[in-house]
Amino acid sequence: MQKRLVLDQQQIAITLKRICYQLIENHDDFDNTVILGLQPRGTILMEKIVKLLEEISGDKVPFGALDATFHRDDFRRRDFPLKANETKIDFLVEGKKVILIDDVLYKGRSVRAAMDAMIAFGRPQKVELLVLVDRKLTRDYPIMPDYCGIRVNTLDSQYVVVEWAGKGQEQDAIWITEKVKN
Amino acid sequence: MSQLSTRHLLGIKDVTESDIRLILETAANFKEVINRPIKKVPSLRDITIANIFFENSTRTRLSFELAEKRLSADVVNFSSSNSSVKKGETLVDTVNNILAMKVDMVVMRHASPGAPHFLSRNVKANIVNAGDGTHEHPTQALLDSFSMQEKLGDLAGKKVAIIGDILHSRVALSNIFCLQKLGAEVMVCGPITLLPKYISSLGVKVELDVKKALEWCDVANVLRIQLERQQIKYFPSLREYSLYYGINKKMLDSLNKEIVLMHPGPINRGVELSSDAADSAHSIILDQVENGVAVRMAVLYLLAGARN
Repeated sequence: MQKRLVLDQQQIAITLKRICYQLIENHDDFDNTVILGLQPRGTILMEKIVKLLEEISGDKVPFGALDATFHRDDFRRRDFPLKANETKIDFLVEGKKVILIDDVLYKGRSVRAAMDAMIAFGRPQKVELLVLVDRKLTRDYPIMPDYCGIRVNTLDSQYVVVEWAGKGQEQDAIWITEKVKN
Repeated sequence: MSQLSTRHLLGIKDVTESDIRLILETAANFKEVINRPIKKVPSLRDITIANIFFENSTRTRLSFELAEKRLSADVVNFSSSNSSVKKGETLVDTVNNILAMKVDMVVMRHASPGAPHFLSRNVKANIVNAGDGTHEHPTQALLDSFSMQEKLGDLAGKKVAIIGDILHSRVALSNIFCLQKLGAEVMVCGPITLLPKYISSLGVKVELDVKKALEWCDVANVLRIQLERQQIKYFPSLREYSLYYGINKKMLDSLNKEIVLMHPGPINRGVELSSDAADSAHSIILDQVENGVAVRMAVLYLLAGARN
């Protein structure tokens, strides 16, 4: 299978740091900001961002995990329903600035579903989107990230794979691979 | 896998262990949903569900209806008391007429064992059995197992005593199948006249002494005496039943161990359970009711989810 490296461990570390500084620039001391990681993979990135923000600025930003499975628009259009993950949000987003975090922005449908799911926890003042990889040519919905690690040109026939050290991998890495044809 | 092996929920006997585990895991997600400030998700917004109840029900019908509404389904309710069934219409005709109105799923309670199985062979919609006579009540068993799991963790090796009118209880049969598939040990306890003759062939322990059953078990699931299904006298009087098989708080406290007390409702206070036991810290009866909505949401979501 063809596999192309997009970012390696060192590049990812630099990228995450850069995103954190951008967040600090826009959110100052984060006193009215909360972070929501999208299940299942956005939460891993969220944990890294939250940890980095604390290291850099000393600010502890409230965070939670948001699962949008029950809000997806492809229910009954797949052969079987997707398995839901845990939603764990111990606060309301009413009047808050929310930073939604996911690893890869592809069609924009998951983010749309996530915004729908998020509204169950209140009406936020503002919502921003942070992604590590923006697959800029494959969008179905008019959704753009506010913070982005890297923009890549990909086809629907490709996958973007984000690997994290400690989650079954030796090193952090982002790859583009070809989907296996049946 | 996130797919059930069946497109109907007719009984626990027909589903696999992995089906049960998938339903319970999905129910945990829905329990979080129904505790949000906004308790509704849009999953079933293009689905219409008919709740067809040929027998009385309060809890189950409300619980199903709430589950359906929390999933954004369109709901139509039907009860046989004010319907054309009274005019002699057959079950299949009644349901086919409802389905002609573009209904996708049918939740049915019926006094005849096997009625939902019969229906599933004759109509296209997904069928959910909400209780068929003395046969099965699958969603009750699932919510009971969910509630036990919430309290005790994995049920493998846990001891559950089902106490009361086993003979007329669909809850008992579904619970036995469900608990055994999850690896729990099951005992039934009640007067010999209210225990089915060949019940031990299901692999359950049989006990006639309620105190011994309570000493043995981690969970006591107490059932109601179903007087409406009893054509003959199975015991001399309710007073005598209560004296020998009624459970009170004093008995529970004297066990000197943690015990979980359950009841599928409606409780006959003072008969199978005293008020002080039903309202004690041992009891998770109201948790069962809350969990019922989450479990039914999971069942409907998973059955509706597969592409037709």
